[in-house]
Amino acid sequence: MKSIRPLMNSISSNPLCVELRDVSLSYFSSGKHIHALEGLTLSVRQGEFVAIAGPSGCGKTTILKLVAGLLPPTKGQVLIDGHPVKGPQKNVGMAFQNPILLPWRSALENVLLPLEIVEPHRQLFRNNRRAYEEQAHDLLRTVGLDGFADKPPYELSGGMQQRVSLCRALIHQPEILVLDEPFAALDAFTREELWGVLQALWLKRRCTVLLVTHDLREAVFLANRVCVMSKRPGRLVYEAVVDLPRPRSLEDTFKPAFVDLVHRIYEYIGEVRV
Amino acid sequence: MSEETQKRLRSVIPPLVTILLFFIVWEAGCAIFKVDDFVLPKPSVAFQAYLQWQHAIWPNALQTLFTTLVGFGLAIVSGVALGALIGYSTLLYQALYPLLIGFNSVPKAALVPVFVIWFGIGTIPAILIAFLIAFFPIAVNVATGVATVEPEMRDVLRSLGASQFDLFRKIGFPRAMPYFFASLKVAVTLSFVGSVIAELGASNRGIGNMMVIASSRFEVPLVFAGLLVVAAMGIALYAVFALLERRMVGWAYRSSQ
Repeated sequence: MKSIRPLMNSISSNPLCVELRDVSLSYFSSGKHIHALEGLTLSVRQGEFVAIAGPSGCGKTTILKLVAGLLPPTKGQVLIDGHPVKGPQKNVGMAFQNPILLPWRSALENVLLPLEIVEPHRQLFRNNRRAYEEQAHDLLRTVGLDGFADKPPYELSGGMQQRVSLCRALIHQPEILVLDEPFAALDAFTREELWGVLQALWLKRRCTVLLVTHDLREAVFLANRVCVMSKRPGRLVYEAVVDLPRPRSLEDTFKPAFVDLVHRIYEYIGEVRV
Repeated sequence: MSEETQKRLRSVIPPLVTILLFFIVWEAGCAIFKVDDFVLPKPSVAFQAYLQWQHAIWPNALQTLFTTLVGFGLAIVSGVALGALIGYSTLLYQALYPLLIGFNSVPKAALVPVFVIWFGIGTIPAILIAFLIAFFPIAVNVATGVATVEPEMRDVLRSLGASQFDLFRKIGFPRAMPYFFASLKVAVTLSFVGSVIAELGASNRGIGNMMVIASSRFEVPLVFAGLLVVAAMGIALYAVFALLERRMVGWAYRSSQ
């Protein structure tokens, strides 16, 4: 098996892609001040795959919204490629636990949706529909949905819908992919199968990925680095570099190196929960 | 016979049988209890009256249809517009909803004399009543459809730089379509009721007007002939919009396929 070293080295010398500098976020909800994040600092290099794990309600999703520019921080700075984030970021692709496909569109049309919105594709879409459809077909093929392009979402299984959702997040070739527990609602077999799909997509595209997850095995399987957050208000309390060779297979998840790492992170999570 | 036509037949036969049974019971009831035609004419007598007067009935019926569709068209345009607005903006929703409910609670029949004072006897009061009665259900349904868009979906599009109008065009509007068409089926028959009510008191044309004249001349079978025509047109309009609904938002009915 190929060593991971060259890859790791190349990533660690990449320029920074996402930076959160001393970011705090609080909001009012049902008459109470809620501190979702406090003094969070996190930097992610271009092409890095970072998983964020932590107890529920620790503001993991908030981080993703900050990066996508859907929320402004109360304090601190969010930067992408060195520029402060001031509004929605169109070079970010998003996928959530719920695939939220549009039921009136076929799988292919769902994948094409971002191209109808984001510049410059928006202008080109009408005249280049064929070429764009070809891109979408390619993407669907990569995730193993060959032949399902014209199916409406309700004829697809949960796992297939989530694959379509991943394709939709990637179709406009975003620099950054943010994933909010994308596989949490799937059964164990489908989930592990999709780990492989996501890994393959990442190895092909090499975009920067921020993955929020509850599942430590998932985090270690997919990421180059696992960040553990404290309970609310969320801060980074632990970071583990995952130094395992790629591509990782499900076999690898039973090997001592993998199991040990999961175990070590698990102990930290146990500490921050109490 | 193909499977498709068999299926279609199977869906047409039960309602036809019920309607036929309804007329048989009505006819038999009148005959057994010797009900005077002046009180409740048998359907056969009403049908004879229809045949005798059909040249007078149809121009009036078409007038009513026209009135209904104009009022209904206005209701669609303004109902969708207002529904979209209050569906999007919580502030507008809170500000306008009580007023809308207030307007909707006013019996439309009570507005007929007011409209007569404003616009005189004629088609306009009937159009306005048809409009008012259909407007509310359409607006409320469109608002519900627009307001129930998943927040994650909104986030996905917003992060791509979508404008409020993009959100409406790509998700809000199609999302509201099943609600919209469901409301159309109901609203179109309500609209029909509205124009007939207005014609009863405030028009010199239309099937409502014809029924008032017939009853003042004690031609009760003709009144019933008019009622039957109104009912038939109501069913026809409902069917048209139900068909349209299937065509446009079939995706919302996947479970019943």
